[in-house]
Amino acid sequence: MQATTLAKEQLFSMYRMMVTIRRFEEALRNLFFQGQIPGFVHLSIGEEAVPTGVCAALTDKDYITTTHRGHGHMLAKGGKPKLMMAEMFGRRTGYCKGKGGSMHIVSYDLGILGANGIVGGGIPIAVGAALASSFRGNDAVAVAFFGDGASNEGTFHESANLAGLWKLPVIFVCQNNGYAEFTPTSESTAVKDIAIRAQGYNMPGVIVDGNDVLAVYEVVKTAVARAKRGEGPTLIEAKTYRWEGHVVGEQAFVGEYRPAAEIEAAKQRCAIVLFAKKLLATGFIEQAELDRIAAEVQRKIDEAIAFAQSSPFPEPQEALDDVFAP
Amino acid sequence: MPVIGFIEAIRQAIGEEMERDPSVFIMGEDVKLGAFAATRGLFEKFGAARVRNTPISEAGIAGAGIGAAMAGMRPIVEIEFASFFYCCFDQVCNQAAKLRYMSGGQARLPLTFRCVYGAMGSAAAQHSEVIYPQFLAAPGLKIVVPSGAAEAKGLLKAAIRDDNPVLVFEHGRLGFTQGEVPDGEYIIPLGRGAVKRAGTDLTIIAIGAMVPKALTVAEEMAKDGVSVEVWDPQTLVPLDEEGMLASVAKTGRVVIADEGHLRGGAAGDLAAIIIDKGFDYLNAPIKRVTALDVPIPFSPPLENYVLPDEAKIKAAVQEILP
Repeated sequence: MQATTLAKEQLFSMYRMMVTIRRFEEALRNLFFQGQIPGFVHLSIGEEAVPTGVCAALTDKDYITTTHRGHGHMLAKGGKPKLMMAEMFGRRTGYCKGKGGSMHIVSYDLGILGANGIVGGGIPIAVGAALASSFRGNDAVAVAFFGDGASNEGTFHESANLAGLWKLPVIFVCQNNGYAEFTPTSESTAVKDIAIRAQGYNMPGVIVDGNDVLAVYEVVKTAVARAKRGEGPTLIEAKTYRWEGHVVGEQAFVGEYRPAAEIEAAKQRCAIVLFAKKLLATGFIEQAELDRIAAEVQRKIDEAIAFAQSSPFPEPQEALDDVFAP
Repeated sequence: MPVIGFIEAIRQAIGEEMERDPSVFIMGEDVKLGAFAATRGLFEKFGAARVRNTPISEAGIAGAGIGAAMAGMRPIVEIEFASFFYCCFDQVCNQAAKLRYMSGGQARLPLTFRCVYGAMGSAAAQHSEVIYPQFLAAPGLKIVVPSGAAEAKGLLKAAIRDDNPVLVFEHGRLGFTQGEVPDGEYIIPLGRGAVKRAGTDLTIIAIGAMVPKALTVAEEMAKDGVSVEVWDPQTLVPLDEEGMLASVAKTGRVVIADEGHLRGGAAGDLAAIIIDKGFDYLNAPIKRVTALDVPIPFSPPLENYVLPDEAKIKAAVQEILP
């Protein structure tokens, strides 16, 4: 398998991360239906290989910006399930003290410059972080995660042009999950492959199987090396599929707009199952070990939920804090 | 005190801050040449990296400014004409204004946006706009409107040193003016207004380029024995409410002069604050002198008709004198 550049412990950790993202979001879905989570929840179930593979190729000092569907990116970049879950619950102990919620989590310490409720809103911000990196000479790269829908936003094109022009250490990761909100990509995007848009901005455009975590890791690793050599940005299109709807609970107002067979076919290519099979086939790991990891992850998620549930809400007047820095 | 031009004051502020702090840089469309001359000469002095000429790409450069600020730099982003802000409204109002708040106070955005605003003579609607009212409605942005060379220098330096997104609105007409600017380090703290002329009978609250017009009116009225105070807020956010109300308490009569539109504008906002917090000081209704509620027209007689001027300010003053 392609795993030769990775040590056994890294492979375990990638597997653990994919399962963590899956279980975290499954829990969120259930909690939402129980009425415990306010607001909107956008799940990325089925897409776990993309954040996991990308962030495995990054270090703590690298930056990411992510989207309204950003739980996986947050977790993969080091986000703590407890602090994320508390934020989802609107509690004071959350990453943003209950002011951001699911769509707006920031963790400065982890280089997470923001999940973003605006499609395409975070892309130029990642370019700016890469610009700062080039000024400061600190070797950090910035990754902009976005969806196929955002590749039609002006901010994507303006950002790609700036990055290509200035050879900035930024990696554009288009997580193509087949749908922009409720509209299939084929009905919203003039090109079949978003990666070819890279040509217009003088950077490589790479298509990768977004359900193959190791393939994602390898292309990002190559892009990171290129960025650090001062050769500029890369556009990576990771093709994957969104198992769930655009937003949890949408069936109540939009019904089902995707063919059942299409969803079923995607589930047959579950990124976690594919990776487990590879690991088992190489003899790196045994089923018992995978089960142990799954149990350990479940325990952590349960702890995160208990932490969130037992955390206090902010005092109402805390709504007035944090508008301006002192 | 040396007398320098308004544009030179801006150039000094940027140059001095870039010299003082290596994390300060400027980027924008044609900053290399200096579309309004405010950045002229800085490229030669500081080089292409720190005086960063950009493509015409407002959303991209506004967002890049935000990311650079979050990652430890102190960018100045030039948006050229104020109306071009509409091309990057998301980045300014949804991102810059909200990131600190939404992150529970984690994000730090030491970011300055500069633009030229206002009517400067038949530039028509898309190059004549007063756009700060739109940003008054977006909590999280500081808003600075200098009224002369000294204010331009002192306020811009404070804006660059502030750890929040600050929008600085420089009136195109003021670009042709000169003023006394104190030598050396000169900073005007954000959130402090100034009495530009003391008086006892009536206060004209004047914003930006309306300040010199208000001073002219005050001089004229003095000949008739009327003592007009001119108060300049200097920053609309944060607003020096205390200073404003002190002037109202002293005179009991208020005219607010602003080049923005009447509806939803800064003048209405200030008037509402005075009514809320200083109603007992008032001896007459508050008068607002603003642009009429149409896009700014091209043809000179039409433009003159729509814009506020000295005559309209004077008429408003006379209307509410006892």
